[in-house]
Amino acid sequence: MEDRAVIVQSLSKTFDKVRALHEVSFEVSRGEIFGMIGPDGAGKTTLFRILSTLMLPGSGQAEVLGTDVVKNYRKLRKRIGYMPGRFSLYPDLTVRENLEFYATIFGTTPAENYHLIRDIYIQIEPFSKRRAGALSGGMKQKLALCCALIHKPDLLILDEPTTGVDAVSRKEFWEMLLKLKQGGMSILVSTPYMDEAAQCDNIALIQEGRILVTAAPHEVTASFSLPLLGVRSNAPWLLLNDLRQWPYAESVQPFGEFIHVIAQPGHGEPQALLSFLKEKGHPDPEVRVLQAGIEDCFMHLMGAPSHAI
Amino acid sequence: MKEEAVISVSHLYKRFGHFTANDDLCFEVGRGEIFGFLGANGAGKTTAMRILCGLSKPTSGDVKVAGFDVYTQTDHIKRNIGYMSQRFSLYEDLTVLENIRLYGGIYGLSRQKIREKSAQLLSRLEMEHMQNSLIKSLPLGWRQKLAFSVAIVHDPPIVFLDEPTGGVDPLTRRQFWNMIYEAAHRGITIFVTTHYMDEAEYCDRISIMVDGQIAAIGTPADLKASYGVSSINEVFIILARGRQAVTE
Repeated sequence: MEDRAVIVQSLSKTFDKVRALHEVSFEVSRGEIFGMIGPDGAGKTTLFRILSTLMLPGSGQAEVLGTDVVKNYRKLRKRIGYMPGRFSLYPDLTVRENLEFYATIFGTTPAENYHLIRDIYIQIEPFSKRRAGALSGGMKQKLALCCALIHKPDLLILDEPTTGVDAVSRKEFWEMLLKLKQGGMSILVSTPYMDEAAQCDNIALIQEGRILVTAAPHEVTASFSLPLLGVRSNAPWLLLNDLRQWPYAESVQPFGEFIHVIAQPGHGEPQALLSFLKEKGHPDPEVRVLQAGIEDCFMHLMGAPSHAI
Repeated sequence: MKEEAVISVSHLYKRFGHFTANDDLCFEVGRGEIFGFLGANGAGKTTAMRILCGLSKPTSGDVKVAGFDVYTQTDHIKRNIGYMSQRFSLYEDLTVLENIRLYGGIYGLSRQKIREKSAQLLSRLEMEHMQNSLIKSLPLGWRQKLAFSVAIVHDPPIVFLDEPTGGVDPLTRRQFWNMIYEAAHRGITIFVTTHYMDEAEYCDRISIMVDGQIAAIGTPADLKASYGVSSINEVFIILARGRQAVTE
């Protein structure tokens, strides 16, 4: 059996004048969760539509489960489960009817592959007679996942399954993906939430149609070589403005409770910055050395201008 | 709480048939405060927000927004607030300038004022060269920054932001929060919903809704301390799913 679920080589796609994908190359191994991490408009949906055989590539090659996405698309469709970013089930059918409908399309029944969806489906079963359009955001995503799984695909392609979904449902959704992976499923998933990257075996950071880096999440963060300091005080707006005056700051960005300051090489000692802030009149700032996270790396790779706005 | 309350909600109930979407909500938001209104999908945030914007009436309870009553003075409320959502805010088939003029007109500004405000806003956002571009041709990040500026073009005392940063890249998300901080600094009260828990940390105070009720309210630091955890994300999960969920 082919040990790679997806092989993409120099894939490009252009719409009118907009270059949606530019020379994209990456591979997804069998049985792994591969995360395509990037904001709206980065090209994730175009890429996933091509891999799901719903759109033709402009140039380059894509092979999914050992099958070319253009030449053998019919054969491939039976073996992949695709969950589009926009809710695409039938809102006027009930939960149960949607599930039966999708099973029938693939020549199976919900009973035949029930073991695959059981853990997820029991959570929405109390609402099995409710119309899909009347479900909450998290419930809709669970139903959509069931429908994408019902024909027992070898590869799941999930386009932003957690966008607009609250933090609890997001956590539950990832727990389900990890379980599916343990069952041997290969999963290609996209997300704009950088914190979800840590759940993946490998990730690609994508921005404006180009892949910035492909690696395991810990490799991405380990490659961040500049000193990073976290600063906190109880006057964040003033602190932010004063930090931007620090001559050794490469970049100053709010990150939740702490403001992250990327310092110039050789200026990563908290003490110097601490004295600078005391001089500026901050009574009790806290400065600590931080390990970079995926979001730090992403912004740095984007070439973040340091004094935005 | 700082100074006087610009939003005050007392025993707000909203029922749809037998379903109670808002169950005895009580809170106040002060002038210039950044207030994060959090909750799971379906917890009742949208219902409450529609009431605060004067689009829907409570079943019972006292609610005042910018000093106006939500039962009888909804027209005044609409003129004194700004509103922006991720899903819909600007008209895609109109240009940047046309959108600013349209919203200026809706908010009742004079032609003279609209001209002044348009020039000011375009220069602040460094978008002069794009003023005749259609909204649909702009990247999402630009649209969202413009949408926020348009929502406060009439200098309202309060602006409501419904998931303003969904799907936006991490850098633009932070530039957006810079604009929020700046507006709050000028005295505009910010009422914001978000699914990004790191953004909850930027708020002066947050409330977390669960099943129609406010389950917790306070500064991010106080909430983390009282639940004995290190992030708002953990507070959120404890409240929405029970404490054992965190240690799973």
